[in-house]
Amino acid sequence: MSILHTISKSPFQNQSLSSCVAHASSGDAILMIEDAVYGAVSGTAAAAQLAEGENISIYALGPDLSARGLGEAKLAEGINIVDYDGFVELAVEYDKTQSWL
Amino acid sequence: MNDMPEDGGGVVKKFLYVNRKAPYGTIYAQESLEVVLIGAAFEQDVSLAFLDDGVFQLVKGQNTDDIGVKNFSPTYRALGDFEVTKLFVEKESLAERGLTEDDLMEIMYEDEDDDWEEKPSITFVNKSELAAIMADQDVILSF
Repeated sequence: MSILHTISKSPFQNQSLSSCVAHASSGDAILMIEDAVYGAVSGTAAAAQLAEGENISIYALGPDLSARGLGEAKLAEGINIVDYDGFVELAVEYDKTQSWL
Repeated sequence: MNDMPEDGGGVVKKFLYVNRKAPYGTIYAQESLEVVLIGAAFEQDVSLAFLDDGVFQLVKGQNTDDIGVKNFSPTYRALGDFEVTKLFVEKESLAERGLTEDDLMEIMYEDEDDDWEEKPSITFVNKSELAAIMADQDVILSF
């Protein structure tokens, strides 16, 4: 069964993002929210780790990116931006959610 | 095995409690244990996972006398009495922290389907095995 993984903490602060990537399965999705969106920035170690996931969709929450001054041009390739409605749609689309605190 | 609650009203779902925090620096570990015990009363199919700093919760010899908080570690050994008998501990997380399986408390349960034989509740799994366990759940609760 598919999982929507949500991450809310900066990858520079703790290991949640790398642990999440290591435990995500093919067909899952990862959504970065709050301070976790710093991991979406091109050139960061976090973005490189996210790119290693096989058949895992990567999303970042637009309002949290905007709040932090992170425009689309700053983001690594393959990261999809969603708004709040998109967050809800993802939660519905996947069988369950797992939040990485 | 009785797969349905006695009131016949509910479905049994697979619940996984994911523990990733050390025991005393924050309240997460103790709160998780409280919720596990409450959840056990609803006769669900409960499993616990311990990974990252969560493995520190199960280290034996914890003594909190001088930090003014309750030592809740003995509670893990009582989980078997609440039919919570599936504790998965990630091997990589132990190794990264300089721990071995012998550093953890012995947690046993009595198997009612096998003449009440005492069996270990802890299963040591690697990252990919734990990923498969997560995928297999109906509900995941994170602490």
